[in-house]
Amino acid sequence: MHEMSIKITVNDKVIEKDIKPNLLLIDFLRDELSLTGSHVGCDTSQCGACMVLYNDSAIKACSILVAQLNGQKINTIESLEKDGVLHPMQEAFRNNHGLQCGFCTPGMIISAISLVKEDNNPDEETIRKYLEGNLCRCTGYQNIVKSIEAGAIKMRELGDI
Amino acid sequence: MYQFNFHSPKNIDDAINLYKSCEDPKFLAGGMTLLASMKQRLIAPSDLIDLRSIKKLSEITLENNTISIGSLCSHYKIASNAIISSKISNMVKLASGIGDPAVRKIGTIGGSLANSDPAADWPAAILALSCNIITNIRTIKNNELFTNMFETCLEESEVITGINIEIPEYFNYVKFPNPASRYAVVGVAIAKYENKVSVAISGASHTPFIAKELSESLTSNFSGTIPLNTISSEELNEDIHATAEYRANLIDVLTKEALKS
Repeated sequence: MHEMSIKITVNDKVIEKDIKPNLLLIDFLRDELSLTGSHVGCDTSQCGACMVLYNDSAIKACSILVAQLNGQKINTIESLEKDGVLHPMQEAFRNNHGLQCGFCTPGMIISAISLVKEDNNPDEETIRKYLEGNLCRCTGYQNIVKSIEAGAIKMRELGDI
Repeated sequence: MYQFNFHSPKNIDDAINLYKSCEDPKFLAGGMTLLASMKQRLIAPSDLIDLRSIKKLSEITLENNTISIGSLCSHYKIASNAIISSKISNMVKLASGIGDPAVRKIGTIGGSLANSDPAADWPAAILALSCNIITNIRTIKNNELFTNMFETCLEESEVITGINIEIPEYFNYVKFPNPASRYAVVGVAIAKYENKVSVAISGASHTPFIAKELSESLTSNFSGTIPLNTISSEELNEDIHATAEYRANLIDVLTKEALKS
């Protein structure tokens, strides 16, 4: 089978590479770019640990080919912290104890940012519904919801919506 | 996943020509089902022909009383479209109930229809609404598209390009979702036009189907009162999620619920 040349912008860095067409985005990020913040939980599009931002929307990197994103831009959890300062949503998860083991957290934070970009003042029900595609086996979700409420307020204050 | 070649044609003609020149190709829309099946090695196409670069397949337009939805429109795009929300508002609810938010961003209506999953949501809606499925070569009546479980009347190298929907007086879709997958254990779509009401059921049988007696009853008297037990459980699916009797009962329960709002 033929390799193909792709150009993809990951975390504002343009990457041009020859890849096999069956390369999934998550494997590209983790194995070739060493961006291991996005996790592989289920590998079947259910748990959301692999989520990344594409046009400000959360998508599951385990279920999309790099080839499908040729010429596009994506952002991973690694792009959120700037000059040693956490993104307000990361800060909110930290302050509200929105994680325990932390495995699902990158996906939760990406999903939360995606939600706030669509609805800058989400209520509890909206947040819970939006997290349908993110599984957490530790927290019971209470503090995740609390974190997202706090993160949304902070993002609004900073005009990051 | 096995190896394959990947193509991104910019127009339909190129896509069809590519398809004809490849050994065992598949068209790729969002890939929310196709890629999952390929990862499990259930299918191994020699070539994927990605349709997402064909821009005109992602448009939603309104002309007279007909809404045209491009086949590559994502569920999210349909759910957040102003024409859809003003003309068929409950379609927003349907599109927002598929999978989860991340899946809805990538999964498409055309992909869902071509996949013909009997438990998917769009097939029931398409069957209940007065609509046609447009392909690169012809117009298909909505009741001719789904021929069997995961099978359609689409020919090799035929691509759905859009769906033309006549705006109904009333439309609703209610499903009882499997709590894990969000697929419909049973889903009920109701569409009302001046002289005709159609009730279509998903999730309950090997294909979505029209509930004839319910449709006739609501055509003569569109109210919350419906005849019960009109569909024999012998015709319905039975699996670990629900018995056939349970599904038969759900059809009545969900039809009544759909008529409430």
